[in-house]
Amino acid sequence: MSKCKQYGTDLLAWIDERFPLSKVWNEHMAKYYAPKNFNFWYFFGSLALLVLINQIVTGIWLTMNYKPDAKLAFDSVEAIMRDINWGWLIRYMHSTGASMFFIVIYLHIFRGMMYGSFKKPRELVWLLGMSLYLALMAEAFMGYLLPWGQMSYWGANVIISLFSAIPLIGEDLATWVRGDFLISDVTLNRFFSFHVIAVPLIIVGLVFLHIVALHKVGSNNPDGIEIKEKKDANGVPLDGIPFHPYYTVKDLFGAVVFLAICSWIIFYSPEFGGYFLEHPNFIPADPLKTPEHIAPVWYFTPFYSILRAIPSKFGGMVAMFASILILFLLPWLDRCQVKSIRYRGVIYKVALGSFVVSFIALGYLGTIPPTPTAAFFGTFFTIVYFGFFLLMPIYTRMEITKPVPDRVVWPPKPLAAREGWVWDQVRKLLAAVESTSAWRQADGYRQKIQEFMKNNKYLRHFL
Amino acid sequence: MKRIIVTCLLLWPFWASAELGAPPLESPGNDVYDTESLRRGAKLYVERCLGCHSLKHMRYRRLQQDLGFSEEEIKQLFPQLERIVGTMTTAMDPKDAERWFGVAAPDLSERARALGTDWIYTYLRTFYVDEARPFGVNNWVFKDVAMPHVFGDLQGEQKAVTQDTGGMPVIVRLEQSKPGKLPPLEFDRTVADLVNFLDYAAEPAQLERRSLGKWVLLFLLIFGFVSYKLKKAYWKDIH
Repeated sequence: MSKCKQYGTDLLAWIDERFPLSKVWNEHMAKYYAPKNFNFWYFFGSLALLVLINQIVTGIWLTMNYKPDAKLAFDSVEAIMRDINWGWLIRYMHSTGASMFFIVIYLHIFRGMMYGSFKKPRELVWLLGMSLYLALMAEAFMGYLLPWGQMSYWGANVIISLFSAIPLIGEDLATWVRGDFLISDVTLNRFFSFHVIAVPLIIVGLVFLHIVALHKVGSNNPDGIEIKEKKDANGVPLDGIPFHPYYTVKDLFGAVVFLAICSWIIFYSPEFGGYFLEHPNFIPADPLKTPEHIAPVWYFTPFYSILRAIPSKFGGMVAMFASILILFLLPWLDRCQVKSIRYRGVIYKVALGSFVVSFIALGYLGTIPPTPTAAFFGTFFTIVYFGFFLLMPIYTRMEITKPVPDRVVWPPKPLAAREGWVWDQVRKLLAAVESTSAWRQADGYRQKIQEFMKNNKYLRHFL
Repeated sequence: MKRIIVTCLLLWPFWASAELGAPPLESPGNDVYDTESLRRGAKLYVERCLGCHSLKHMRYRRLQQDLGFSEEEIKQLFPQLERIVGTMTTAMDPKDAERWFGVAAPDLSERARALGTDWIYTYLRTFYVDEARPFGVNNWVFKDVAMPHVFGDLQGEQKAVTQDTGGMPVIVRLEQSKPGKLPPLEFDRTVADLVNFLDYAAEPAQLERRSLGKWVLLFLLIFGFVSYKLKKAYWKDIH
């Protein structure tokens, strides 16, 4: 055994002379000090990486059997679903992964907005992250064309035809993007190329830069305190703990819970009520038959609503792109010195709350057919959405903030002791959930299993 | 807060209002694990639908395995087959179909996933007499459909009961005007079998998917418990 260990040490020394393996491991894992007070919201960074790996691996296997040809694409996807061993599982992992990717990323971005993770010195982390989000949108948009169903075809048609609204060069630009006068085999082939190689390369590269930039400045935390400012004699932040093993084991648990949710969707509701896989997309693309109602997949609907809220096509396109690009400016729009929402004023809490409500409302409105009422609400929430950003330099200056503590709050305040309107609502919601019969039933099972384990001489040790 | 919610609920119908005169979709209440029902549905499909509508993604072999048909039964069902190879295509040429019906009969492989089982179940049961149409019938769900009422002999004839709404007659319900070979409830069950088969055919893997799911979730539950304990053990010394 000790000889084995000796060989291991020798091998590591051999590698370290030639490649900084131990150095990289220490800098990014074993001696990367993360704040110890990460909460629920800090799972989503590592989960995003997990989903990215899932998308790449399942994507490799899908590419083995998918045929990027307008005549064969739809049939080849169905062949994956029916004739290829475990093809259905791999395809559902990929399609569910796509939607889960956006859920994870939206929560990850929201976390950044709540705790001020975009503020100095993390502006570059934010910019790289937003570039990642942009690349992810391109990846999802092009991937959605590949099954070559009705929504693939007409969704891509609507979005690409937006380019034609640009004055002077519009028509030519749209034709150049499509490679044809309408969405065709040529478009499918180039989207396939972008989806499987070009954009994934950009995404992986940006993820690398995003993490390098983060590890240079260090992670933010729910209290918005720079832990590097208080170090012990060895130069270790007082409130920091090594990422490995503390956060690797914590994130492992988060990953398992996340996988359980994904598995439930994959095995019991892969279409997710027509949100993850739209029903009309099970009809092959037909350039001669426009569907009654064209709706993009749910993760694009907030921006689609903004597009529809502006009466002119060109104006709508500008507003849609502006609504995404304006997020890049967040570090410079927010003038408040305090990072975390825990110590910020009521104004920002209300503003962020309105932003979330408007984002979800725009998302919902984008899924339904346009009616005058929907148009009214669409315009209203578009104004709220842009108001959040454009008025930010004004209202964040007027904030009355609370004093920020020197050290992170540890141990975390128990739920019952937290003050404020939001926590009152959370407590009420939890009480409502706990009073449902489904919860009681699940809790009954939990108690039974616990009882069983207590009485079993082997399982007892796990409790 | 409550007032806002109530206002929202009151406004809801304005954008979510159902189309006037659209029939209420009914659920077939089908179960893809009911193999007997699937077999009845498959036979019905071959007898009455396959003549025009292919199921080009449904393999004979898969059908045989999943529905538990013997080689003999498959040969009986598809007399033209020499070996159990290939997918359920139709003999009708799409060009002929366009000449005869005005439109090519669509392939129905994934149609149950596209339209939903409720839609198909209601559609197949809402043909009514309309002399203005080439086959003498129209459909409540799919107005001016090119398809004839293939279950006319089983269901009998139905008459549309209309109501005048702003100068336009709108169908409010259908009434039996001539009885068919099957009593109404049995006819509904027969259609439900067919819909069940189409539901299965749209995604044969769902049989495997659903039965595997519980084991995956059980594994993740146990793994989740272990990883939670692991986290607790590591974090014991963080103060």
